Amino acid sequence: MSVFNVFHIAGGALTAQSTRLNAVASNLANADSVISADGKPYRAKQVVFEATPMQGAAAQGVRVQRVVEDNSPGRVIYDPRSPAADEKGYVTMPNVSVVDEMVNMISASRSYQTNAEVMNTAKQLLLKTLTLGQ
Amino acid sequence: MVSKLDNAFSFQEQVLSLRANRQQVLAGNIANADTPHYKARDFDFSAALKDAVAGRSGGSLALTSTSARHLQGSGDSAPARLLYRKETQSSVDGNTVDMDVERAQFAENAIQYEAGITFMSGKIKALMSAIQGQ
Repeated sequence: MSVFNVFHIAGGALTAQSTRLNAVASNLANADSVISADGKPYRAKQVVFEATPMQGAAAQGVRVQRVVEDNSPGRVIYDPRSPAADEKGYVTMPNVSVVDEMVNMISASRSYQTNAEVMNTAKQLLLKTLTLGQ
Repeated sequence: MVSKLDNAFSFQEQVLSLRANRQQVLAGNIANADTPHYKARDFDFSAALKDAVAGRSGGSLALTSTSARHLQGSGDSAPARLLYRKETQSSVDGNTVDMDVERAQFAENAIQYEAGITFMSGKIKALMSAIQGQ
C-alpha cells in the first residue's frame, strides 16, 4: 500500500524537524553560556539534513545525518568583573546568532506543520479507500 | 465472468495506484524542503497512465536483443519515470523544492485520488444493482 509510505516519509520529516527545533532551543538557551561542559564557551549546534531513499519506493525521505558544531569565532565583550575574563578583561561569548536561530525556528516550525498536514491528508485518503464499495 | 469484473475495475485501479504513487513522491518533496542540494521530483501523470494502460511499466527499459538467446531483463521497475521539476526561483543551497507548487500539487493529487475512489464506488454500486436486479 503505497499511501502508507507517505506516513513514513512525513513521519521522518517530523522527526528531523523536531531535532532541528531541539538544536534551536539548545542554542537559544545557551546564547549567554560563557562556560560549557568542556570549560570553553558554548558552541552553536546545527543539524545537517540528508535525503534518504525509502524502501521499495521512488520517493525520498529525509533524516538528520549528523549534528555539527559551528566553528565560527565567538563574539568578544569587555567585562573585567567576569570570572571568565582574560588578563585584558575580555570575555569570549558563545557564537550563537540569535537572529539566525529565530529564523531557523520559524522555518522548522512551518516545515513541521506542513508535514503534519501531509500526514493528515494521507490519513483521509486511506480512510476514504476503506469505505470503497459501501 | 470474473475477468469481466476485473476488466471493469482495472482502469480505475491503475489510476488509483498511480495517484497513490504520485502522492508519495510529492510527500518526499515536501519532506525534503530543507535538505541542501535536494532536487524536487515528479512524474507526468497522463504519460504514466498511458503506459500503465498499455501494459508497459513506465520506469523499465527493456534490453535490446538481436537474438532469442540473449539475456532478457529490464531496468528499474518503478511505476513511472521520475523527472526533475523545473525551478522557478533558485535557492542558495541548491534545493529546488518550491513549497507553493508542491502544496498545490499535493492537494490536487489528493482530490484526484478521492475522485478516483468516487468513480470506483459508483461502478461498484452499478454492478451490485445489476447483479441483484432489484
